[in-house]
Amino acid sequence: MDLSASLIPGPDYMGLTATIILWPLGTALFLLLFGKRLSTFKVGGREIPWAGVIAVLTLLRSFVAAVAMFVDIVGVELAEGAVGHGGANVENARTFTVHMFDWMQVGGFAVGADFLIDQLSVVLALVVTGVGTLIALYSIGYMHHDPRFHRYFAYLSLFASAMLMLIFGDNLLVTFVGWEGVGLCSYLLIGFWFERPAAATAAKKAFIVNRIGDFSFLLGMFLLVAAVGSLKIEDINAAASGGQISGGIATIAALLLFGGAVGKSAQIPLYVWLPDAMEGPTPASALIHAATMVTAGVYMVARMGPVFLASEGDLALTVVAWVGALTALWAALIACTEYDIKRVLAYSTVSQLGYMFLANGLGAFSGGIFHLITHAFFKALMFMGAGSVMHALANETDMRKMGGLRKVMPITGATFLLGWLAISGIVPFAGFWSKDAILAAAWEQGEYALWGIGLFTALLTAYYMSRLYLRVFEGPLKHDPDVHPHESPWTMWVPLAVLGGLSVVGGAINLPWDLRLEHFLTPVLGEFEVPHGATAWILAGVALCVAVSGIALARFLFLTQRGAELRARLVTGSWLDKLLTASRNKFKVDEVYEATIQRPGHRFAMFSAYKVDAKGIDGVVNGAGALVAWLSDGVRRLQSGYVRNYAALFLLGVVVLLSALILRVGPLG
Amino acid sequence: MSDLRFLDIAIFLPLAGALLIAFLPRSNANLARWAALIVTLATFAVSIGVLVDFEASLGGFQLGSEAVWIKDWGISYITGVDGISLWMVMLTTFLMPLGVLASWSIGERPKAYFALLLALETGMLGVFSSLDLFLFYLFWEVTLVPMYFLIGMWGYGRRIYAAMKFFLFTLVGSLLMLVAIMFMYFATEPNSFSLTDMLATELSSGTQRWLFLGFFASFAVKVPLVPFHTWLPDAHTEAPTAGSVMLAGVLLKMGAYGLLRFAIPLFPDAARYFVPLIIALATIGIVYGAVVAIVQKDLKRLIAYSSVAHLGFVVLGMFVGTVQGMSGGILQMVSHGLSTGALFMLVGMLYERRHTRQIADFGGLGKTIPIFSGIFLFVVLSSIGLPGLNGFVGEFLVLLGTFLNYRWWVVPAAFGVVLAAIYLLWAYQRVFQGPVTDEANARIADVNSREVAMLAPLLVLIVAIGVYPKPFLDRINPAACRVVIQLDPDADCSRIEGVVAPRAHEEDE
Repeated sequence: MDLSASLIPGPDYMGLTATIILWPLGTALFLLLFGKRLSTFKVGGREIPWAGVIAVLTLLRSFVAAVAMFVDIVGVELAEGAVGHGGANVENARTFTVHMFDWMQVGGFAVGADFLIDQLSVVLALVVTGVGTLIALYSIGYMHHDPRFHRYFAYLSLFASAMLMLIFGDNLLVTFVGWEGVGLCSYLLIGFWFERPAAATAAKKAFIVNRIGDFSFLLGMFLLVAAVGSLKIEDINAAASGGQISGGIATIAALLLFGGAVGKSAQIPLYVWLPDAMEGPTPASALIHAATMVTAGVYMVARMGPVFLASEGDLALTVVAWVGALTALWAALIACTEYDIKRVLAYSTVSQLGYMFLANGLGAFSGGIFHLITHAFFKALMFMGAGSVMHALANETDMRKMGGLRKVMPITGATFLLGWLAISGIVPFAGFWSKDAILAAAWEQGEYALWGIGLFTALLTAYYMSRLYLRVFEGPLKHDPDVHPHESPWTMWVPLAVLGGLSVVGGAINLPWDLRLEHFLTPVLGEFEVPHGATAWILAGVALCVAVSGIALARFLFLTQRGAELRARLVTGSWLDKLLTASRNKFKVDEVYEATIQRPGHRFAMFSAYKVDAKGIDGVVNGAGALVAWLSDGVRRLQSGYVRNYAALFLLGVVVLLSALILRVGPLG
Repeated sequence: MSDLRFLDIAIFLPLAGALLIAFLPRSNANLARWAALIVTLATFAVSIGVLVDFEASLGGFQLGSEAVWIKDWGISYITGVDGISLWMVMLTTFLMPLGVLASWSIGERPKAYFALLLALETGMLGVFSSLDLFLFYLFWEVTLVPMYFLIGMWGYGRRIYAAMKFFLFTLVGSLLMLVAIMFMYFATEPNSFSLTDMLATELSSGTQRWLFLGFFASFAVKVPLVPFHTWLPDAHTEAPTAGSVMLAGVLLKMGAYGLLRFAIPLFPDAARYFVPLIIALATIGIVYGAVVAIVQKDLKRLIAYSSVAHLGFVVLGMFVGTVQGMSGGILQMVSHGLSTGALFMLVGMLYERRHTRQIADFGGLGKTIPIFSGIFLFVVLSSIGLPGLNGFVGEFLVLLGTFLNYRWWVVPAAFGVVLAAIYLLWAYQRVFQGPVTDEANARIADVNSREVAMLAPLLVLIVAIGVYPKPFLDRINPAACRVVIQLDPDADCSRIEGVVAPRAHEEDE
C-alpha cells in the first residue's frame, strides 16, 4: 500500500507548512517593526488601516494553504478507499513529516524543527486559520479606534503562527514551542491595555498559572525521553500502544502531560486565569480564550491518546474524564449567576472545555475534537456578538444594564440567537450533535455518573445561556439613555454571519448516521463505541428535553411577570440562596488560593530575602568583614588619592610580568 | 589551522590597548572612549578568527601556543581552546565592546576607567585560555583587581563596601585554590604547572577530596553557589553598568568554567564523591535565588539574584553526569551572559534617565517608552526561558540531563522555571505597566540609536541560539563529553564526533 504515496504526487508539503506557519510570523515581525508607519485607506467612507488588512490577508493565505493540504489528504484517502462508512483504514494513516532543520542534538537525544501533517493537524489548522481570519476581519472594526492598532494585529498574527506550530508539531518539543508561544500571545493580548492595573495583573496571572501547567508538561517530556528515548510523537505513541512503556510509567507520563493541558485549557484546579483573561480585547478572547488556544490541551491529550490508553487500569483516562466532567459542572454553576457578559462566556468556555476532556477521558478522542470544532464556531460567534454589544454600549459589560438589543442590533441579535441555540443543544444546531456524541459515549461505556453530570451540566448550560441571551437581547431596552446603540459595521457583522451559519450547519460534518469527521480522524485517533438504534434516539431525546427545560426555565424567570416575582421572593438564607451566593462569589477559589499559596509564598520570600539572606548569611559575612577591616585598617585607606597609586602599581606589575614573559619566551609566535 | 595565533593576539590585544590608553593625553576623554571601542572591536574581530579556525570535529585543545616560561619552576605559557572555552572567549570578546558602549557617558577619569576595563578583558580571556595552572592563577587574580577598582571608584551608593566584599570573598577563595595548586605542583613529577602534566598525576582519593575542596572554594564563590553568594548582589548593584555586565556575563562563568576545566578532570574521584553535595547546592541556588529575587526592591538586585538561580542551573547540569546536562549547562552560560548582560544594560539605561533603580519609583513606562519596554520584555522572556529564545535550550537540556540521572532533583529545579516567571513578570508589571504615577516617568526618552546599536547584537543572538543552537552545540558536545565521562564513564556520548572511545548506551536508540 506504500505505493499509493508515490502514485499520487503529493503537493509541496514543505512549502505549504512554511506558508501556514511562517507567513503569520513574518507578518507579526513586520507589523511590530513597521506597523506604526502604515497608513489607512477608505472604503465606503470608513477608514481601514493597512495593518489590519495585511493581517487578514496573511491569515487568509494560511487558510487557503490549509485547504490545499486538506484537499490533498482527502484526495489520497479517496484514492486509497480509506474513507467511507466504517471503511477507515487504520493501517494507512496519511502522515507526512516535514523536516525543516535540526534543532537540538546532544548525545542520543535529538529533536528537529519537524512538522507533522496528518488528518488531525490539518483539520485543526483549518479551524484555526478559518476562524482566525474571520476574527481578524472583525477586529478591524472592533479595534479601529485603538492607538496601538498595529500592535494588536502583530500579536494576533504571532498567535496564529504559534498556534499552528503547536498543532503541527511532530515532536512534543516543537509543540511546546507553540504551546508557550500561544501563552505569550495570550499574556500580551490580555495585557493589551496594560495601563489598567486589572489587565496587567490578569495577564501576569494567566502566564504564571500556565507556567505551572507547563512545569508538569516539561516533567512529562523528560519522563517520555527516559522511557522512549525520543520526543517524536509517532515514536511515543507507537511505544505506548506497542507496550514498550509500562502501565505505571504511562500513567505518570499521561498525568504529567494532562497537567499541562489543565493549565492551558483552564480545568480544575488551574482554571482561575481564564475568567480574568476577559480584561483583554474581546476579539482576542474570541480567538484565544474560546476558539483556539484554550483547546490546545484537548488537542494534545487526543494527540497523545495512546499514552493515556496505555495507562494502568485506565487510571489516566479516568482522571481526565472526571476532571473534565467536574470542571464542566463547576464552571456552569458559576456561569449561572455571573452578570458580566464576557465572564459568563468565559465560564461557559471552561465548562465546554470540560465536556471535551470528558470525551477524551472516555477514549472518544474524535468526539472531543468534534466538540472542539463546533464550540469554536458558536463560542467565537458569541464572544464577538458580546463584543458587538459592548461596541454599541460604550464598553458596558454588565448584563443588568442591557435588554431588548435585538431591536436595535438585528444582525448581532439574530446571529447570537444561533449561537445560543447551538450551545444549548437544540436540534439541529451544531452543538447538539457534538454534545450528544459525548453524552452518548459516556452512556455506552456504562459511565452513568459521568453521563448524569454531563446531562445536568447541559441543563445548566441551556439555562445560563438563555439567561444571557434573554437579558441582553429580549425584553425592554434598559441601557443608559446617553448611549445610542447601533448595529456594527460590516467588517464586524460579516464574520458573525459566517459563524452563525456554521453554528447551524456545523454539526453536519459528523452526523450520527454519517460520521465523516470521526472516520476521517480514525487513522489518528482511533474509534470509539456509541450506542445504536433505540438507545441512541432515546438519549438524544433526553438531551433535547433537558435543553428545552433549561431554556424554558430561563424564559419563565426572566421574561414573565410571575418569574420576576418568584425571583424577588427568594428567601434569604434558604439553601438555594446560599448556593446562589456561593456561586456569585465564585466559590471563593481565588481567595483560597491567595490565602494558601500567594500570601504564605510572599511571606516565605520576605523571610528568605530579609532574614536568611540579609541577616543570616550576610550577617556572618559582615562580621568576618568587619574583623578583617579592623585588622587591616584597609577600608579607611581606600580613599580616592590612594586608588591611583594602586592602579599604577597594578599596571606596573603587569608590565613586569609581561616583560619577564617576553624575555624568557621571546616574542609570541 | 592558520599560522597567525589569533588566540594569543586576542588575549593580549586589550592589555596593549590599556597601556595605549594610559599614555593618551588626559584632556581628551573622547579619545580614550574611541580607543577602547576600537580595541575591543578589534579583539572581537581577532576572536572571530579563532572561531573560524576552530575544528569542531577535532576535540581536545587547539589554536593555542606552548612555550617554556620559567623553566626551573616548571612554569609554561600554554594556551588553547576547546569547545567549551571557545564560547567563553567569544562571549567575552562579544560583550566587551557593548560594555564600552554602555560606558560612553562615564565622565570621571575615563582614561583609567577604560584602561581597567581593557585590562579586565585580558584577564578574562587569559583565564579561559590558560592550560598552565600558574598562568591560569595569574590571570584569575588579574581579573580581580580591575573589577575591584571599577566597582570601588565608578560604582554607586555603597560601592566601597561592595568592592571590599567582592575582593575579600574572591581572595579568600583564591588563596585556598592557590594552596591546592601548589600542592598539585609538588605532587607532579617533575614539578610542573602544566595541566597536561597534572592530569597525569595519580592521587589518592583522600588527597583528591582536600584538593578538590580547595579549588571548589574559589569557584563556588565565583559562580556563586549558595551560601557563598552574598557578595554578588552588592557587587552587581553598586557596579557601573559595564561592570555589572562583565560580572554577570563573564566573571561568574569563570567559576563554572573552573569547575569543569580543572576541578572535575584533576580530581574525578573527588568530584564524583561531592556530586550529591554540589547538586544539592545548585538546586537550592535555583530555588533560593528565585525566591529571594521575587521580593527585591532594586532592579539590579533582582537581576543579581536571578543570576544566582540561573548559575544554579549551569552547575546542576555540569554535575549530573549526563552529556545533555553538561552541554546544556555550558550553553546556558552563554545564554545567561547574553540575557543578563542585556538586562543590566537596560537597567543602566533606565538609571541614566531616572537616576533610580527602585522598582517602586517606576510604573507605566510601557506607555512613555514603548520601544524600550518592548525590548525589555523580550529580554525578560529570554531570561525566563521562553522556547524559541536562547534561555530555553540550555535550561531544557540541563533539566533533561538531570532527570535522566536524578529523577527527583528535577522537580525543584524545574519549578525554578515557574518562579522565574513570577519574579520577572511581576517586576515588569510594576515598572512598565499600570498608569504613570510619577510625573518624572512621563517625560523620559525612548531608546536612542547608540542604545539600539548596543542591544541589537544581543537580541539577534538571543533569537539565533534559541532557534538554531546547532553551531554552538556541535562544538560544545565533544568537549562536554570529555568532561562528563570523568563523572560517569557510561554517559551517553553517542553521535558525537571527536570523542575518544565513546562508551555509548545503545538502549536509548
